[in-house]
Order: sequence, then C-alpha cells, then structure tokens
Amino acid sequence: MDTFIRILTILLSSILVNNFVLSRILGICPFLGVSKKVETAVGMGMAVTFVMAMASLITWLVQYFILVPLGVEYMQTIAFILVIAALVQLVEMMLQKTSPGLYQSLGVYLPLITTNCAVLGVAILNITEQYNLVESLVNGVGGALGFTLAIVLFAGIRERLELSAIPKPFQGFPIALITASLMSVAFMGFSGLV
Amino acid sequence: MFEPIIWSVIVLGGLGAAFGVMLGVAAKKFAVKKDERAVAVRENLPGANCGGCGYPGCDGLADALVAGKAEVSACAVVSQENAKKIGEILGISVGELVPKVARIMCLGSEGHCKNKFEYDGALDCRAAYAIAGGFRACKFACLGLGTCAKVCKFDAITMGPDGIAFIDENKCTGCGRCVEQCPQSSIAVLPKNVDVYVGCTNTGRGREVMENCSAGCIGCGKCANLCPFGAITMENNLPVIDPEKCRSCWLCVEQCPRKCILTTKSDMRAKINPQKCVGCHLCAKACPFGAIEGELKMTHKITDICRGCGLCEEACKLGAITMVPKS
Repeated sequence: MDTFIRILTILLSSILVNNFVLSRILGICPFLGVSKKVETAVGMGMAVTFVMAMASLITWLVQYFILVPLGVEYMQTIAFILVIAALVQLVEMMLQKTSPGLYQSLGVYLPLITTNCAVLGVAILNITEQYNLVESLVNGVGGALGFTLAIVLFAGIRERLELSAIPKPFQGFPIALITASLMSVAFMGFSGLV
Repeated sequence: MFEPIIWSVIVLGGLGAAFGVMLGVAAKKFAVKKDERAVAVRENLPGANCGGCGYPGCDGLADALVAGKAEVSACAVVSQENAKKIGEILGISVGELVPKVARIMCLGSEGHCKNKFEYDGALDCRAAYAIAGGFRACKFACLGLGTCAKVCKFDAITMGPDGIAFIDENKCTGCGRCVEQCPQSSIAVLPKNVDVYVGCTNTGRGREVMENCSAGCIGCGKCANLCPFGAITMENNLPVIDPEKCRSCWLCVEQCPRKCILTTKSDMRAKINPQKCVGCHLCAKACPFGAIEGELKMTHKITDICRGCGLCEEACKLGAITMVPKS
C-alpha cells in the first residue's frame, strides 16, 4: 500500500505540481514551437510521452548497471544524451517499418525531441531523487503527461488568440509568452497539493 | 590517476560504438522500400505541400501518380517543364497545362458595400459567415477578415486597408486553397491568360444590388451588347467572358457603368511599320473600332481609338503591324 501511495504521489506531483513546462520551465522550445494547433500539440505530446518513458527506463539502467559500477557517474549528462538520441533514432526506424500509421502521426515530432531538455531533465531528476526503476518510469510518464496537458491547453488558447483582435505590439510571440506565464501562475495553485 | 579518464573513454566509446552498430543493423533491417519512381516524381513536384490536389502533401500525390490514381494536372502549381519530366518518368503523356491564378471577385470595400450589422466576433470569415450569412449587406461580398490570407501557403494574399483581400499574381499558383475556405465564394481560380474578369458575383439586378453596394454589377448587359467580339454573354444577371473570344480590347472595362469589369494586363496598341505598309486597307476593314485611317495605296495610320485587340495584326498579310505597349 505504501508503495502504491508513493507511486501515486510521484505521478500527481510530476503531472500537476512539478509540471515540466509550467513549473520547472523545461522543454519550452516545443512548448512554444509546436503549439499553434491542438492537433499537432497532441501529436507532440504523444511523442514526448513515448520518448520520456523510454528514456526514463533506459537511462536508469545505464546509470545503475554501467556508470555506477565503473565509478564514472560524472559522465551522466553526456552518456544520457547519447543514449536518448540513439534510442529515438532506433525507435523511429522501427516505427517506420512496423507501423506506418503511427509513424505518420508521431514520426515528424520524434527527431525534434531527441535532445530536448525535458527529456534529459527527467532522466537526471530520476537519479537525483533516487527513484527505483518503477518510480522512474512513473515519473517519466507523469512528466510527459503533464507536458501534454500543458501544451494541449496552451494550443487551445492560442487557436482562439488567432481569431481575436490583438493590439499590434502583442501579436505573435509576445501574447503567447504572456499566455504561457499566466498558465504558469495558474499551475502554481497546485503547489502544496503533494 | 589515469583510471577515471580511461574508464570514461571506454564507457562513452563503448556506448557510442554499440549504438552505432545497432543503428547500422537496424537501418538495414528496417529499411522501407520506396518506389523509385515515386521519389523521382516527388522531386519534380513543387514541394509546398499546399494540399490543393486533394492528397496529403506532395508525397501523397506522388504515390497516387505512380499508382495511376491521379493526373499530373491535379497539381495546379507544377510548371509545364516539371510536368513533362513527370510524364517521362511515368511513361504517360501530359497535356498542355494552363497556368491559373486566383482572383478576388468583389469590389465591395468599406464605403462601397454597406454593413447589415456591426460584427464584433472572432476574426475569421467562416465564423462571421455563421452569423446570418455574414455582416455585409450583400450576401456575395468579401467579408475581409482574412481567412484566405491565413490559409495561403504561398504568402500571395494580403488584406488591403479597404477590407478586401488582395492577391499577388506573381506569387499565386492557383492551387485553390483559398477558394475552398472562402465562405462567400468571393475568390475564383481563373486561367492566367484571361486578363479581363468581372469583379462581382452578385446575381441580383438593378436596385437589389445598388441598395447594398455602389460597386456591384447590376446586370445591365451593356458589356454584352458592346463587345465587338461577342465574347460576353449574360448569365444569372452577370457577364460571363469567354476566354477564347476575348481579345482584351477593354471596351467593356471602360464602358461599364459600375466599373466592375477588371483587367490585369498592361495596355497595348497596334503600330504600323510605314516601310512595309502598302495601303491595302485590309487592316482598316478588320478593325472593329474604325481606328485605322488612310487612303488606298497610301501608308495607313493608327489613331488613338485603337484598343489593342490585335485583329489588324492578324489581318495584315505583310507583317507590317505589331502590338506595342501604349505608353
């Protein structure tokens, strides 16, 4: 029961309280770049979920089966980047062959997030928080779901902004950044939940 | 002392090598075979992925072309040269492609066209149209909220200050995306070589139109009666210009009481080479405007009445007449 509660806490915390985009301010590049339409935002969110889950799993294994036994933990960052980049490439190839449908919907977004800081961030946070394998996976998936939630909400707002009369100095990115910061303030309401 | 360095080199080098081999093997194993012809066809398509052909981007059309499900003419953007190459790749004959261009068929800018009510909603023509068919008094009018400009993949449409879209004909490829999105059908894709078109789609007559708009076609039929080439017929109270018969004399453009027939080309007029002219009078007979003066067997002269239709150029057996820009 204790483990279950702990896992639930980690999940809730990574989705809402420590939301990667709005609270940790990681992964801002795709958050601003791929959030003009809800449709593409969902695609990006799915791709991020996929990559983050895989990255959490593999980097945990790399950390505890390769880096720690050899005493080279300080190589964490570069080793993780290498692992994640190679992994995403591999997955992209496999998807293209085995399921063209999924590749069509995810494929374009995968290369965009290979070296995204949110993905690297989740891998490193798993280690610093000293999560075990299952907890790491949950943290990865939760963080990615939080990212998806944030980007889809943001895209919904931006779609409506497109149709509104915005003063000229605020058109485009300025209003997007203001929106993002307001969303961030809104998400601060979740702090203290866990 | 050197141990950490050596270990880090081994770890990273090992990881790198392992992933390299893995990716190499995977690339071979999971290689997706693509039809070579589809790749070649794709290279000759414009690559703008405008979707005007109805397929998901240029790749989609390339696949459909190879499968024989589509015609090259489905792509409005592709040049004649590239279309020919695609025909060679696929072993099919490609006919002459007529370059097309989108044109705004409305002159009802603010001040011309009245508003039914004040609109304060989402800045999108489709959204505005959903409320009582738009806020313009004329149900054919351009709503001017710029939906066409937003969907244009070629950046060819801008919104003019007068609330009417403006199309840059050099950038427009005639893909038809804007036509699909315009709720008012104020845009039409027309052949590029026809330089006279009607700037109104209101099928009403006389007062019906005049009450709402001071620039709309009232269906008076003056243009159809005037046209010396019989190129204009009236349909649904609107002039229809036959591109085969129209010779760009612009008589209709000038004489239209509502000024709603538009042109795009620069003005032309005929010029007689006095060295070649023998005064046979054939040109004067051919001219529908009586613009050519001169006695028989004397060098003829083009007067200012000339409208540049080019009939005299065709009539002259000696090649003494050429068409030149008016200015």
